[in-house]
Amino acid sequence: MPVSMTPLAITAYTATSAIGHGLAAHLEALRQARSGLRPNDFSSAPLTCWIGRVDGVEDTALPAVHAIWECRNNRLAWLGLNQDGFLDQVRAARERYGAGRIALLLGTSTASIGATEEAYRRLDADGGFADDMLRPAIHEPHSLAAFVTEALELEGPCLTISTACSSSAKVFANAARMIRLGLVDAAVVGGVDSLCDSVLFGFNALELVSAEPCRPFDAARDGISIGEAAGFALLERVDVAPDAPRLLGYGEASDAYHMSTPHPEGVGAELALREALLRAGVDATQVGYINLHGTASLKNDEVEAALVNRVFPPGTRASSTKGFMGHTLGAAGIVEAAIALQAIEHGFIPGNLGGSTPDPACGPPFAWGNEQQTVDVALSNSFGFGGNNVCLAFARAGFRA
Amino acid sequence: MTTLRFCVEGIGLWSPQLANFDALRSVLAGGTPEPPPSRPAATTLPANERRRAPESVLLAIEVAGQAVAMSGRSAATLASIFASSQGDQAITDYMCTTLAQAPTDLSPTRFHNSVHNAAAGYWTIATECRAPSTAVCAQHASFGAGLLEAVSLMLAEQRPVLLVCSDISGSGPLLEVTGCTQPFGCALVLAPDVSATTLAQLQLTLTSAQPATALPEPLSTWRDGNPSAHALPLLALLARGQGRCQLDAAATLGLQIDLESVA
Repeated sequence: MPVSMTPLAITAYTATSAIGHGLAAHLEALRQARSGLRPNDFSSAPLTCWIGRVDGVEDTALPAVHAIWECRNNRLAWLGLNQDGFLDQVRAARERYGAGRIALLLGTSTASIGATEEAYRRLDADGGFADDMLRPAIHEPHSLAAFVTEALELEGPCLTISTACSSSAKVFANAARMIRLGLVDAAVVGGVDSLCDSVLFGFNALELVSAEPCRPFDAARDGISIGEAAGFALLERVDVAPDAPRLLGYGEASDAYHMSTPHPEGVGAELALREALLRAGVDATQVGYINLHGTASLKNDEVEAALVNRVFPPGTRASSTKGFMGHTLGAAGIVEAAIALQAIEHGFIPGNLGGSTPDPACGPPFAWGNEQQTVDVALSNSFGFGGNNVCLAFARAGFRA
Repeated sequence: MTTLRFCVEGIGLWSPQLANFDALRSVLAGGTPEPPPSRPAATTLPANERRRAPESVLLAIEVAGQAVAMSGRSAATLASIFASSQGDQAITDYMCTTLAQAPTDLSPTRFHNSVHNAAAGYWTIATECRAPSTAVCAQHASFGAGLLEAVSLMLAEQRPVLLVCSDISGSGPLLEVTGCTQPFGCALVLAPDVSATTLAQLQLTLTSAQPATALPEPLSTWRDGNPSAHALPLLALLARGQGRCQLDAAATLGLQIDLESVA
């Protein structure tokens, strides 16, 4: 099977998470090493943990014409779409290519399940959904993409990718294939996941949630902090935007090991990583920065640290940024892709916040504090339940392997 | 409009009325095939997993196993796409009920089985498959959108692909909004090139949204009762061995599929 890819231009991108709305707020918080985690003030019943809650979601109203899509996840999507001039960039692309020539590919793990949870908390006396909750489209996992395609007035392929915590990394691969085949000229990719009881109590039941702010790759780490986020990117052919940063490659692989535990030797993660490098046409020594999955779960970080040690030379810089916004689940892929792109754009390596007593298993590549250094190629790792692994490779404009 | 060519090498099918693809052929010929046992056998799973796996996983793995067996390919070599409009509605009903009443009682196993890619996870584990796998949805267009993704993966990466599309029926209060009244699952093994195991060669063309192909009874009723059964026009086309059908791939996008030849 041929492993190659035509690089794509990333002509616009944006991220919204607990550390702020839009790229400038993210860069500022990263530079100041300021976490957005806070004690849990969200779940419908008490639960001791820290969360990455996005400010202002409650005050974000959907345009009246889209009121049928009202729910926390779609409000967060709308808040995210309104940052960094992203809506204008999509509008321009729509005018350039036509609405039918742009794909919408969004990742989410739970979409608007929070709305379904709410419907169950206040069922009618007859046991059915209250009238205002009788909106079938928000009780489906496609709710996010269906809302966003309507809001962006797109008419091309529209797909939800839901592979747990790798969801919004995989969308880049979907887009690369569709553009390569000429099915579309451009793709809006991204992902949104919002706080809800399902994930807070679900990860709690799996004993994967820390009572403290998460500490990725710290020797004393004891679990994740759950966050919410929205992020989007616009992908086009390089010839229309030669100065834009690029998606160089992607790799996808399965662990074939366990539903909720990574393969102990990181087999699937390494396959995805090596395939991304191969497709990008770069070797490990050319990678300047890796944004790690780094959830702060005992197992993930152990396996991923070993992978970094195995594959990369001491000069490569690597960090997890989940100490800033928590694990944003199906949105982690796009938000961390945005951070990898910012690393390229600003020559800025964000430090691994929360790792104050580094796990001795972590080798020289780990950046425990912020660093300033030119980055030509940046990777982003995303791993999900079911043993679903993705690695993305980005590069600055004009980079030649 | 862009046209894509692909070959079908294996077909899996399961519903309360249809044990496999042959049963659909029989129905279309006026027959009444023997219905399958109420629980999909899903023999690809090891026995202990089969006892523990949720219904949505059994259904997806049953049809995936049928299609791969028909293709003669090794499951471990196939990239896989698992489409489902709703995911596991029984688990969603359980989780939302538990979260409304006693959230800290939530079952960890049911939580990790609630991910949309649960069937993809069980499948890759059972078949020791390290190839890429994904899980997707697109409302009632989940089959069409999943097919478009499958064909695009198959062509862009020049590799055979397993496409599964399945939904179990709705449970509890959720049933009122999903309207999903009975389970339905189907699977296809797709390949870019004609081979000894090719069952049919097809051509896929993107179109604007068009009415989906009309179906005879009881297929029409089955389609109304399950979003994954929106695959039926293509399955009927494959059963008849000739013709054209129209599927939804998104709210504003359709797929026209022409059957070019059968083996």
